[in-house]
Amino acid sequence: MNAEVTTAEAPAAAAAVADAPENDTAPAEERAAGHGAGAAPAPAPKETLLAVEDVSLAFGGVKALQNVSFDIAKGEIRAIIGPNGAGKTSMLNVINGFYHPQEGRIAFKGQLRRRMRPHFAAAQGIARTFQNVALFRGMTTLDNIMTGRALKMRRGILWQALHWGPARREELEHREFVEHVIDFLEIEHIRKTPVGRLPYGLQKRVELGRALAMEPDLLLLDEPMAGMNLEEKEDMSRFIIDVNEQFGTTIALIEHDMGVVMDLSDRVVVLDHGEKIADGTPEEVQADRRVIDAYLGVPND
Amino acid sequence: MLYREAGQFKTSYAADQAIFPIPQDRYMLAGILAIAFGVVPFVLNDYWVNAILLPFLIYALAAIGLNILTGYCGQVSLGTGAFLAVGAYSSYKLMTGFPEMNMLVVFALAGLITAAVGLLFGLPSLRIKGFYLAVATLAAQFFIIWLFYKVPWFFNYNATGQITVPPRDLFGFRLTGPEAVPAVRYLVTLSIVAVLALAAKNMARGHVGRAWMAIRDMDIAAELIGIRPLRTKLLAFAVSSFYIGVAGAMMFAIYLGAAESGETFGIQQSFDVLFMIIIGGLGTVLGGFLGAAFLVLLPIGLEAVLVEGLGLSTNFAEHVKLILLGSLIIFFLIVEPHGLARLWQITKEKLRLWPFPH
Ligand SMILES: Nc1ncnc2c1ncn2[C@@H]1O[C@H](COP(=O)(O)OP(=O)(O)O)[C@@H](O)[C@H]1O
Ligand SMILES: [Mg+2]
Repeated sequence: MNAEVTTAEAPAAAAAVADAPENDTAPAEERAAGHGAGAAPAPAPKETLLAVEDVSLAFGGVKALQNVSFDIAKGEIRAIIGPNGAGKTSMLNVINGFYHPQEGRIAFKGQLRRRMRPHFAAAQGIARTFQNVALFRGMTTLDNIMTGRALKMRRGILWQALHWGPARREELEHREFVEHVIDFLEIEHIRKTPVGRLPYGLQKRVELGRALAMEPDLLLLDEPMAGMNLEEKEDMSRFIIDVNEQFGTTIALIEHDMGVVMDLSDRVVVLDHGEKIADGTPEEVQADRRVIDAYLGVPND
Repeated sequence: MLYREAGQFKTSYAADQAIFPIPQDRYMLAGILAIAFGVVPFVLNDYWVNAILLPFLIYALAAIGLNILTGYCGQVSLGTGAFLAVGAYSSYKLMTGFPEMNMLVVFALAGLITAAVGLLFGLPSLRIKGFYLAVATLAAQFFIIWLFYKVPWFFNYNATGQITVPPRDLFGFRLTGPEAVPAVRYLVTLSIVAVLALAAKNMARGHVGRAWMAIRDMDIAAELIGIRPLRTKLLAFAVSSFYIGVAGAMMFAIYLGAAESGETFGIQQSFDVLFMIIIGGLGTVLGGFLGAAFLVLLPIGLEAVLVEGLGLSTNFAEHVKLILLGSLIIFFLIVEPHGLARLWQITKEKLRLWPFPH
């Protein structure tokens, strides 16, 4: 569905991206202030987990992304905001290898990335949820979350057929981990319910569970609170903060609700018509003239 | 309450993972197996074995195989007839080429050869889906059947073009050929089907089964959590073809005793097995058994009622069968894609609450 691309891969560029310049914001402190965690913020040295450099992506004539550069520091919650059609979802699709940009470089964990398939991004530690819930509808909550362990379960088909000894131990071991995820998200009561029968808010929660079961280093959340009521939004915000703080998972979050963005995120990237128009702390971004004109000033869906 | 799930607390995940977590289900299965192994062999006769038991068990195995591919992994196939033929012709070549070979080894190898062929014909599934994949498997069906008809090596150059099973023993009992013992034919078939059905159930509830279902339900999301689409689909093709290959080998060697490519394994077989899983239930192992029972028993039942009971013509009974099948397939496709297996489950849920429905 997308054009053949060859990502420019100059060795020098690799070094440049790997040594991405230190950013002058302090995520840990900002967030502590943001949602009032109260704990003394540790001024952790910031290591770049993901660096996006000059990425451009077009679909025929539609320029979904134009020369976008930003980085995500290890351990932070990074918000990506912008009006509809700004290219936010496309950006996530580029990060997890689903779209292949015509230009630009992406380095994950300091390694410049080649063109790859999405399952490879998953193996590298990138998990994701979708704007429109993408659960396996014919399966139960438990089975959906268990699929998140797919990469970690290795016993072959013959062991599976026997379902005995090592295969059974493996299954139970991962089941135990998944039960922790289920407890964490407070969805014990729908464990055995086919997800197709669940209300939307719970489906989003199950989808987060599936991503968490992957124990990712980088979690991409595409509008995790879209279509939720206030209470559900609060629950989801709490889960996101807890994931970030308890497991140290780095999170990239697309969200329209500015209140949520202010509360949750350490830093914000603002996209408009495929271009990056601002990048900084929530306060900085909110005060930015271009952001107000492009996004905050006009009411959004 | 006759039958209950609520209130039965599982003490461990191990108990919760069991195939039949509810004791009543376990007792029922144990009862069925006890009758199938301990009673039926002593009361069966030739008619029962040939008309009901063998076709039921062998088609159930084929249906379980197709269900792995279509019901669990979501890849539609119309090549079942051809894969049955590959199993049948493989077993024939093995039996005639290596007369000393143990029959269990023959069946296993026939399954493996069919798995390899299935793998090959599964390759297009990376690129094509749904209707187009069905057409590709249809092409495989016609090509393979044509091959068995055209290349005399497959039927050992005999003049009739048919393959006929040579007499073989298993553990000292005559299993194949005209002098085969009905109880032996039945017990061997039953044992193989029972073991493979259990294995299918195990695969389906493990991570391989979840990967199949993930690909079926949403292949893009599956890939983004690290499931490799091609590898997963090919595995489904291989395992499914293995099952169908073993079924084909048993159909030829134990049940029919003779076969002729297009006559025995034509496109009608592909459709019949597909109907079995639609009516029995897509994506369940139980569905294979229910669907096979239904399609094997339906013509016998109609014949008994319409022809022998009401004195109508055989032709008429045949038409009634087709009309009934057609309506049932439409019903199940539209109203209840999980087939008889799901209706059975709903009945159980009702029983669970009985006599206090909420
Ligand atoms: N697969 C695709 N094919 C064609 N155009 C696409 C595709 N994905 C996204 N686009 C286009 O790219 C632009 C950005 O879309 P998207 O990334 O979904 O925006 P956002 O998530 O910010 O609302 C839109 O104009 C959209 O129509
Ligand atoms: Mg979007």
